[in-house]
Amino acid sequence: MIQATGLTYIAYILAALLFILALAGLSKQETAKMGCYSGIAGMAIALIATFTKLTAAAIGLTIFAMVIGACVGLFVARKVQMTQMPELIACLHSFVGLAAVLVGFNTFFELGVIPDAANGASNAVLMDQAGELGIHLGEIFIGVFIGAVTFTGSIIAYGKLNGTYKLRIFKSAPLVLPANHWINLGALVLCVLLMVWFLHGGVDAPAVPLVIMTIIALAFGVNLVVAIGGADMPVVISMLNSYSGWAAAASGFMLDNDLLIVTGALVGSSGAILSYIMCKAMNRSFISVIAGGFGNKPQQKKDEEMGEYHEMKTAEVAELLKNSSSVIIAPGYGMAVAQAQNAVAQLTEKLQKRGINVRFAIHPVAGRLPGHMNVLLAEAKVPYDIVFEMDEINDDFENTDTVLVIGANDTVNPAAAEDPSSPIAGMPVLEVWKARNVVVFKRSMNPGYAGVQNPLFFKDNAYMCFGDAKKSVEEIDALL
Amino acid sequence: MLIGIPKESLAGEKRVAATPDTVAKLRKLGFEIQVQSGAGEDASFKDAAYEAAGAKVVNPKDVWNSDIIFKVNAPNDDEIGYMKEGQTLVSFIRPAQNKDLVDKLNAKKVTVLAMDMVPRISRAQSMDALSSTANISGYRAVIEAAHAFGRFFTGQVTAAGKVPPAKVLVIGAGVAGLAAIGTAHSLGAVVRAFDTREVVADQIRSMGGEFLKLDYKEEGKDSSDGYAKVMSEGYIKAEMDLFAKQCKDVDIIITTAAIPGKKSPLLITKAMVESMKSGSVIVDMAAAGGGNCECTKPGKVATTPNGVTVIGYTDLASRLPAQSSQLYSTNLVNLAKLLCKNKDGKIDINFDDVVIRNMTVARSGEVTFPPPKISVSAAPAAKKAEAPKKIEQHHVSKGFKIGCVVIALLCFLLIGLYAPAKFLPHFTVFVLAVVVGYYVVWNVTHALHTPLMSVTNAISGIIIVGAMEQLVSGSVIVGILAFIGTMIASINIFGGFAVTRRMLGMFRKQGK
Repeated sequence: MIQATGLTYIAYILAALLFILALAGLSKQETAKMGCYSGIAGMAIALIATFTKLTAAAIGLTIFAMVIGACVGLFVARKVQMTQMPELIACLHSFVGLAAVLVGFNTFFELGVIPDAANGASNAVLMDQAGELGIHLGEIFIGVFIGAVTFTGSIIAYGKLNGTYKLRIFKSAPLVLPANHWINLGALVLCVLLMVWFLHGGVDAPAVPLVIMTIIALAFGVNLVVAIGGADMPVVISMLNSYSGWAAAASGFMLDNDLLIVTGALVGSSGAILSYIMCKAMNRSFISVIAGGFGNKPQQKKDEEMGEYHEMKTAEVAELLKNSSSVIIAPGYGMAVAQAQNAVAQLTEKLQKRGINVRFAIHPVAGRLPGHMNVLLAEAKVPYDIVFEMDEINDDFENTDTVLVIGANDTVNPAAAEDPSSPIAGMPVLEVWKARNVVVFKRSMNPGYAGVQNPLFFKDNAYMCFGDAKKSVEEIDALL
Repeated sequence: MLIGIPKESLAGEKRVAATPDTVAKLRKLGFEIQVQSGAGEDASFKDAAYEAAGAKVVNPKDVWNSDIIFKVNAPNDDEIGYMKEGQTLVSFIRPAQNKDLVDKLNAKKVTVLAMDMVPRISRAQSMDALSSTANISGYRAVIEAAHAFGRFFTGQVTAAGKVPPAKVLVIGAGVAGLAAIGTAHSLGAVVRAFDTREVVADQIRSMGGEFLKLDYKEEGKDSSDGYAKVMSEGYIKAEMDLFAKQCKDVDIIITTAAIPGKKSPLLITKAMVESMKSGSVIVDMAAAGGGNCECTKPGKVATTPNGVTVIGYTDLASRLPAQSSQLYSTNLVNLAKLLCKNKDGKIDINFDDVVIRNMTVARSGEVTFPPPKISVSAAPAAKKAEAPKKIEQHHVSKGFKIGCVVIALLCFLLIGLYAPAKFLPHFTVFVLAVVVGYYVVWNVTHALHTPLMSVTNAISGIIIVGAMEQLVSGSVIVGILAFIGTMIASINIFGGFAVTRRMLGMFRKQGK
């Protein structure tokens, strides 16, 4: 293995600093673009520094591989619709996982390579003499494990988010095997035993346990995500993001590469924090989401008479909006499904021209990806300073004339605040029902993701506007 | 079915039970409408406007031939004479006071729905004509008072001297009282209000009034039907003392204490009126039930010898005919929606619905008044005490935290004992990077979570460095795997950065 020379080492430190700047820059709208560019700069520096370590042939191969990868990546990035961001991100996670698996296996194979023909000893023997072999094998084992779990977990998440595949495992409803927790636990224990076997091999570490473990880890990743329902996807995505970081960090340990370690740790901890934020927004424990603990128990609640709902036609909604002086729009995943964001943006503009104060209220877990709604609204050119987070706007509903709930359900469910027996009890929600009028755009009276009926629809100040959200909003738009 | 809207026959009544606007809404429910010629004249709704909305304008005889009659006031004897079996009448009835009327209508086998019998439950609010009427009356009461009052409501400091604000006392903070408080407050007056139900104190304050608290303990002040109830003697005495004191101070008194079906309680005695300043005004909104003031002459304006004007109009709502008609007829439309769920223009008097049950005083030859009692869900404060329990947060116990710290320390110790020297610098870097990541990411605004995720995705493509290094290895398998690794990692890098840039390009500030 070629040791990094002083110059490449410095280049790596620079790259690591730029990555930290990238994450820091992304914390605010004003500096976000700068953050993205420093990320690109860091990556460029890291790549150039690595090139200096390679032979001419290897450089050629690398450039060839990178050109293919770049073409695919840029093509996808340009083509992807903003509503499909969650899928894209899940897909990219799986690549990192796969790369980590490949790097892990490669490192293992390299152990058998004899670097110096004169000496005749393989890398493994040399390491063993230096007393580093044990920890190196451990790093390989763990790195491959995390990579494999990330790989299949992300693929399942991708399938669930895409929703067009017929396979049962890609359906967004959770699929829980009997004694699921025990299966997961058993798999983990088995992997630990395999690791003991693998490490015990020492210089002649056998490939068999590594391969078996890889297969188990791949299955483990599938089972982990299959058991989680579509509504919890924001948590899953950020969790997989975190895993992909840890996979990169593990590779860094294998390869003695501090840049990989730093970057992996940054990504890993950022993903973990995002998962934590998402869980808090749903008032659920992180463990129970990962273990697939929520939404699995079928809600045996009797079809309680919730009362009558009032229907409102688009013409009446338009009339209502004309007579309002303040409007808050609460979008949800349904807006993404109906691709209604542009129509909503147009509506916003028209209302603003009438002198109506229009704002958006975004629940932290609205959509299938952290910040999903913000991206969609930004795509539709809704200015970000009228888009507010739940905590910023929740107190303002009381003084609002009209709230438009577009494709959101569980995130505006008063049962979370009022009914302690509700499965979503305690989850902070947008308190839309406090406004004078609430118009809910919905396709039918079916319950939302959590499978809970929404008492909001039966409140006296709530009106249902049935139909495709995009079509309804466009109709209202035409009437204003 | 055909709905008929007759012209109100009661002297001085200017309201009408449908406006061109609600005619259109009723037609959407599948009903046909016919309006008596000139029915809306006094409320400024012309026949032509009704016709334009799709109603037929007919003569007085024909209008009574409709299947359903919407009216404001109960019909008089002549009008009952026009009615026939199978018809449905919707209007104010006051069945408790007007037993004769109910019997006469029932003799004709007319189904009667009383708009004054809408139960005070939240679902029925949209039909509650008493509330919508009371709101208008409260507003008008202040306007009448202002008209009779010789001074400004608001205080001003002008070049010609200082004008003190008028002091208004509102007794009873029901819908009418609250409307009066709000109106007087917005005219600039100093408003005080009294009600026997202490729970309404917040509502009074929200309208801009000052709640006068009585220093007297009384049990069970809140009744279950949404109205204030009769109080004990001691309480009434304390109350009267308060009023006597206030009378000497305030310029305008508006009383709203009416008890449905009973004589209004006497709150302002003759002596109190005599203690008031000359030029003061009393508006007695309970005049129809005899009045809250001893000097009230129902339906008239009286002036006492000491110059206090006592207004006893019983038709305050009718004095804003266009507004009252609009709100009342909207109440009727909401009732029609409840009666005609299929929007096919056919009504169904469904007794399983408590709202309809409560309103129906007679049905096909059978008197159904009084209805079985239902309790109002909102009123009693005792029930409200059961506030929803605070939902427990996931709380990590102290012991668990300490345990985690101990385990972490043990792990560090083991690593220090057994890990080779080469491993430790990497480990240092790793731990520090985790901490840096924690602090950097914690401040990211929610809106940028998606771009953050795609950028971290791109930089986790740094694993490409590992794959590149392995390309130089001698082994063919390693080379192939490394090649694939490089390729997919570069998809990540380029794709991730490109999509982040695209997203960030879309975020924009207002006006840019």
